[in-house]
Amino acid sequence: MTSTENSGLPAPNVSPVITGVLFRVKSTLGVLTSVMVTILGLLLVTFVIGRVVPIDPVLAVVGDQASQETYAAARAEMGLAQPLFIQIGRYFSQLGHGDLGISTLTGRPIVDDIVRYFPATLELASLAMLFGVLLGIPAGVISAARRGRLPDHIIRVFSLIGYSMPTFWLGMIGLLVLYAKLGWVAGPGRIDILYDGTVPAVTHLLLVDSLLAGNFAAFSDACAHIALPSVILGYFSMAYIARMTRSFMIDQLSQDYIIAARAKGLSEGRVIWRHALGNAAVPLITVVALSYGSLLEGSVLTETVFAWPGLGLYLTNALLSADMNAVLGVTVVSGFVFLGLNLLSDMIYSQVDPRAK
Amino acid sequence: MIMASSQQHLGSRSSTLLNILRQFLVIVAIVLPPVTCWAVTPKNVVVMAKSLDDLITLDPAEVFEFSGTEIIANLYDRLFLANPTNPAQPTPGLVESWSISEDGRSYYFLLKKGPTFEDGRLVSATDAVFSIRRAVILNKTPAFILSQLGLAPENIEAKVRAIDARQFLLEVDRDYAPSLVLNVLSSAITSVVDRQVVLANARDGDFGNRWLRSHSAGSGPFRLRRWNVGEYVMLDVNRDYPGVSPNMERFVIRDIREPATQRLMLVRGDVDIVRDVAPDQIRALAGEPGIVTWSAPQARIFYMALNQQNPILGATQVRQAIRYAIDYKNIVRHLLPGRAEIHQAFLPKGFLGALEEAPFVLDLVRARHLLMEAGYQQGFPRVVDVRSDPLALQIALAIQTSFGKVGIGLDIQPGDSKQVLTKYRARRHDLYMGYWGSDYLDPHSNAAAFARNPDNADDAADKTLAWRNGWEIPGLTQRTDEAILIRDSSRRAAAYGELQRSLQIDSPFIILFQEKALIAAREGVIGFEVGLTSDQIRYERVSK
Repeated sequence: MTSTENSGLPAPNVSPVITGVLFRVKSTLGVLTSVMVTILGLLLVTFVIGRVVPIDPVLAVVGDQASQETYAAARAEMGLAQPLFIQIGRYFSQLGHGDLGISTLTGRPIVDDIVRYFPATLELASLAMLFGVLLGIPAGVISAARRGRLPDHIIRVFSLIGYSMPTFWLGMIGLLVLYAKLGWVAGPGRIDILYDGTVPAVTHLLLVDSLLAGNFAAFSDACAHIALPSVILGYFSMAYIARMTRSFMIDQLSQDYIIAARAKGLSEGRVIWRHALGNAAVPLITVVALSYGSLLEGSVLTETVFAWPGLGLYLTNALLSADMNAVLGVTVVSGFVFLGLNLLSDMIYSQVDPRAK
Repeated sequence: MIMASSQQHLGSRSSTLLNILRQFLVIVAIVLPPVTCWAVTPKNVVVMAKSLDDLITLDPAEVFEFSGTEIIANLYDRLFLANPTNPAQPTPGLVESWSISEDGRSYYFLLKKGPTFEDGRLVSATDAVFSIRRAVILNKTPAFILSQLGLAPENIEAKVRAIDARQFLLEVDRDYAPSLVLNVLSSAITSVVDRQVVLANARDGDFGNRWLRSHSAGSGPFRLRRWNVGEYVMLDVNRDYPGVSPNMERFVIRDIREPATQRLMLVRGDVDIVRDVAPDQIRALAGEPGIVTWSAPQARIFYMALNQQNPILGATQVRQAIRYAIDYKNIVRHLLPGRAEIHQAFLPKGFLGALEEAPFVLDLVRARHLLMEAGYQQGFPRVVDVRSDPLALQIALAIQTSFGKVGIGLDIQPGDSKQVLTKYRARRHDLYMGYWGSDYLDPHSNAAAFARNPDNADDAADKTLAWRNGWEIPGLTQRTDEAILIRDSSRRAAAYGELQRSLQIDSPFIILFQEKALIAAREGVIGFEVGLTSDQIRYERVSK
């Protein structure tokens, strides 16, 4: 018995389409509220941390030798002379207008800085992720399927090295051998300075922009520059993904349905790659999404070694200079990246696993 | 049976994969070497690798960082240029001649005829006057360099005036030593900007500040082509500038922050000059064929400061004991070879009146005796704040060892430079270790910091280094203020010599070393000039 029947009123004639739309609107509003609350919480915590760290942000602007008058003027200009709650209010008001403020480190609007730095990280992280997924998942599957055998040992040792070695060190060794000694890859930076001004910035992704401009020489040079850092970062991701894939696959391969599939006479390849991997894919999506999210935050050490002007380097410099506007700006971007990836993985879940719909 | 056959099937699949991988590696090994990435900079482009992590602005009225000051010096002409061979007599820059009134308060300058801005317009007295007025009114960080001559936003229009197209007048509030005034006019803040271009790009009364941060409007040997933040600064040669290298079209500064990466790029030929390599890397580079290395003294000193608000560190004998508990010689020999030299006076070598005497050596017996006299025969524990720069930390560790031998337990607290500085400026430190760089090539630049503290109150307007260490010195402050009025250079040099001796005898400052810049370049790259201060680093004569 429903409550409507109890009340004695006629049942409303609501079509399934409207119910579906209402459900979607409700869930979208729920997601949006959750996103807003998360971002606001993130900003609030970062803002307060930024104000209590033992670094004077005014010093980052005026330097060590400025007069007290200049110091006071800069402090007032930065709004730091006001009470904390007013500073927070002002910041959120600016944010509401899409203004992330001015970076004290670069003297430019934070939005402009992020537009400049984020694509470099996006390009590097995406290629690294591609490398990590394309090699990491098959390696993990083979390792699990050949558990305790030579391929398993090789893959595990290879993954362990990738996961344990600092990317900074790997980057230096990679540069020493592949760049300085063999000359197989180009040196640090995104592109050779000779190509300065030859690639119009459309997406700020050099590989894409050079192709859009039909400048294949610049594209080739950009590829030569991105190859090594993306492989180094990708190796780290690959190692992590391979280890997690192996673990998920071992768990799946011990399930009853696998024995049943084999008993049905399905080929081993179909059992492993379709049935076991299909079921291991759900937790694997989370692993890949989180791994991609970390890469998109920027890898400061890799970016330093390869002189890669990415978000990690920008954020670290901003933190060390107490450039809180920039830190908050990057926090917003990172927050949205993580939330976006979470939403994306939720959507993929429902495609991979019908139970999640 | 099914399992066994399946595993055999998988085994044959794996071996097929391994075969494919093997073939792939063979192809890679054959194909890749011929497509080796060649790394040679073009003959007409000089590329230098340097960390530009401190580069915030390229506006001369605002720039105060090492990288910015260096680049500005190559983009703009200024009225005078610092003269390292005779620091009391700066070399004329844009100025052809000058005269000083009898009361020593009015300076008349005649500009050279000929220098032109990027747009071809002649540099005029109006531009020079505008540049000084603009710097004072904007009142950015380096404005104190001009305000110490009595120039303030409210009086600047009356104090700096154009007389005609080539002449202008500068009035100062006291009869300062001419060498001080001319050295101030050799600092980056007095770089002459193109008034018309700057005003055309001004917004909301900012005197073009936002625009000039990433553009240039000068008459120097270069013009700014592009500054890609985090990547490079690209300068184009101004062909009309006298004395520029005929072979060079462009000078590029690549923002490479990791010294080891800089080294690899130099060896590979991707850059021609590197600037931030460490002493051990310089030694390694010196052995590389086709690479030359050298060092140049810098006007940066490394010092230790003792907070006088701390009763233990305020004792004279303790201050003296600390001076004798440092192994200066071995620190330079083992930690700073080629990177620094022992220097124990607040004026770096190369400055007017700089003392070269280094009276302190490691003498643990004497240090122990002095501590006993002060009543601290058992020693005492104290914290030293030091920036987490590898070299500074190594020096701190070496000092910690020798301090330990006389019972001083040194607790090293490394921190980010801004964090350490925040604590230092708030007078919350025990001991502080750090660098001090001079703003211009006049002894007052450092004397005003080390030997002057007009007001020791917490809310004092003038927070000099002496103030930061709570050191009340009315007598020394008066002597420092008097020294800027001595017009005779040799008497002035003697006055600063005495000031330095006074601080050596007893002060909370223990000056340790004077820094040297380490440079490596590819063989054949010549003409790269590195002076004492950042604004004496010149690119225009570089050729290869």
